[in-house]
Amino acid sequence: MADNQITHPIKVQGLNHFFGTGEARKQAIWDLNLTIKRGSLTILMGPSGSGKTTVLTLMGCLRNVQEGRVGLLGHELHGASEAQLVQLRRRLGFIFQAHNLHESLTATQNVLMALQVHGRGNAAKQQVAARHILGLLGLADRADYLPQNLSGGQKQRVAIARALVSNPEVIFADEPTAALDKESGRVVVEMLKKLGQARGTTTVMVTHDNRIMDLADRIITLEEGRVVQDTAP
Amino acid sequence: MNAVLTWLFGRLPIGWLQLSHSRTRLFAAVAGVAFANLLVFMQLGIMGALNSSTVAPYSLLNADIILSSQEGNTLTDSGNIARAYMFQALGVPGVAAGTPLYIGNLPLSVADGSSISLLSFGLDVTQTGFVAASIAPEMGRLAIENAVLLDKDTRGMPADALASLATGGRFTFEANGKTLNAVGSMAVGGGFLADGMMVTSDQSFLRFFPSRNSGAPDQILLRVADGIAPDVVVERLRAVLPPENVKVQTVAKARAADLAFMATERPTGIIFGFGVFMGILVGLVIVYQVLSTDVADHLREYATFKAMGYDQPFFLGIVFEEALILAVLGFVPGLIVSIGLYTALNAVTGLPVAMVASRAVLVFVGTLVACSASGAIATRRLAAADPADLF
Ligand SMILES: Nc1ncnc2c1ncn2[C@@H]1O[C@H](COP(=O)(O)OP(=O)(O)OP(=O)(O)O)[C@@H](O)[C@H]1O
Ligand SMILES: [Mg+2]
Repeated sequence: MADNQITHPIKVQGLNHFFGTGEARKQAIWDLNLTIKRGSLTILMGPSGSGKTTVLTLMGCLRNVQEGRVGLLGHELHGASEAQLVQLRRRLGFIFQAHNLHESLTATQNVLMALQVHGRGNAAKQQVAARHILGLLGLADRADYLPQNLSGGQKQRVAIARALVSNPEVIFADEPTAALDKESGRVVVEMLKKLGQARGTTTVMVTHDNRIMDLADRIITLEEGRVVQDTAP
Repeated sequence: MNAVLTWLFGRLPIGWLQLSHSRTRLFAAVAGVAFANLLVFMQLGIMGALNSSTVAPYSLLNADIILSSQEGNTLTDSGNIARAYMFQALGVPGVAAGTPLYIGNLPLSVADGSSISLLSFGLDVTQTGFVAASIAPEMGRLAIENAVLLDKDTRGMPADALASLATGGRFTFEANGKTLNAVGSMAVGGGFLADGMMVTSDQSFLRFFPSRNSGAPDQILLRVADGIAPDVVVERLRAVLPPENVKVQTVAKARAADLAFMATERPTGIIFGFGVFMGILVGLVIVYQVLSTDVADHLREYATFKAMGYDQPFFLGIVFEEALILAVLGFVPGLIVSIGLYTALNAVTGLPVAMVASRAVLVFVGTLVACSASGAIATRRLAAADPADLF
């Protein structure tokens, strides 16, 4: 696919975003411009309410673009049809601020959902892949547990496994390490970085976690919906 | 279960997993659907009882065409028609035989002092071809003065005496100053029309109802010659008989017209029809509540699936899966309890309330459609919203 030659999977130009209508209408993102290189690990920082989640969901096809241009994997998101969005979402991995696991599915079944979205496929192979990735995240003995029987950190790791299992081209992560201890938080981010180097997976991650800043290729700081700092450590 | 469903759907059986995850919620949802089923079954059962008691008297007759007064409403609620029209009809080609049918409501007091009424048919006892096979052999016995056949389910009559009729027992009772002689029984299964039915000879009938005369029966029954369609003969009769006085109908049409009349022009029919309407409406509301609550409870999880690239048909698949499961699980107890209540209602009131297969199928299909539509409507919110707004 020609998309493999894309050097910059994310290109944002003049992005504005508003919440609410009428009197309550409030601008959350102001004239944002951003280009992100393939295979890089970018960290988004900033105080609470600065617009990090909003930017992430706009780039990740989870929110309609109102003003400006967002190019994702060579496709313009502003005005894209629902069918196009569905196709693009299947090429992404999302790790949410809240773990958002399905309560009635086991850890393995939750991960399988990310594989089955691509079609029926080989059920046995999918099982192997799901259990393998859970194993990599240290959950081999929890693979058949329901979320209610897992700790917060374990649930978060299942959500990470679900985002990674289908080899997405871009991973969006919203505070993925918040529920993890220092050790496993770092393990997860190192995994994401290795994926970038080995497969060209691009990662954009929101985090407050100072312990992992050294792994980033680029750190962007937002304040009140604007980029105030953009550095490459 | 899971393996079967996974193979069936080509994906994890999320609807089933979701429903079975919380036993109490599943129980509440199934109870809701079952109650909606029960409600509709009860209303349809009562409506059905009205319909079957309307047409029950037809089950005693065996005729092709019926001549009635234009003033009449139904078989048993009729004006009088001149017997002369029967002789005129017998002259029409294709009419093989005819007989007058006299109908009246005979009031009588029963042992406990209350009064009941017997819907009475008076017929020529020699015309056994005009009555149902079940009573044709008994007609000969009605030639004796004041002999009658009694409905075995007549309310207010001593039950053991009624039961003994079938095994050769006899008993007498008083009505209208006459002594009636019950010589046999029959099964009609009436209900709303009267407390019971009796069949007697035209001669006895005229004695029980002194104000009636033999020249003015209530209905005239006709049979057509072999090999000719009743509809053809109806047309010929209409050409001959004065339309302003005589209504000519096949028996099948008359039955259908009676049902329509009772359902749309009599207060009981309209009230029961309204009951069916309300039952269905309330049933729909319950089913919609059950399904839309379920969808709302899982909106966050669905939004996550949407973020992963699942599309609307996938979510419809889940709610249809749930709709099917809830429709089946709710239908079974709904049906069983309804049959129980039908039996109880029948025992207490004597009304012909009974489950029929077509009604059960209708209610099941209706439940399935209502569940599916409710689920589909509830998922529209998911289709309209950005996933990010649902987390
Ligand atoms: N659905 C919404 N409706 C209205 N306002 C919203 C909505 N989502 C976010 N906002 C507002 O937009 C601004 C940016 O919010 P956003 O969630 O992007 O911040 P954030 O940087 O992710 O904060 P945090 O670190 O607390 O997660 C905030 O002022 C917030 O109140
Ligand atoms: Mg946020």
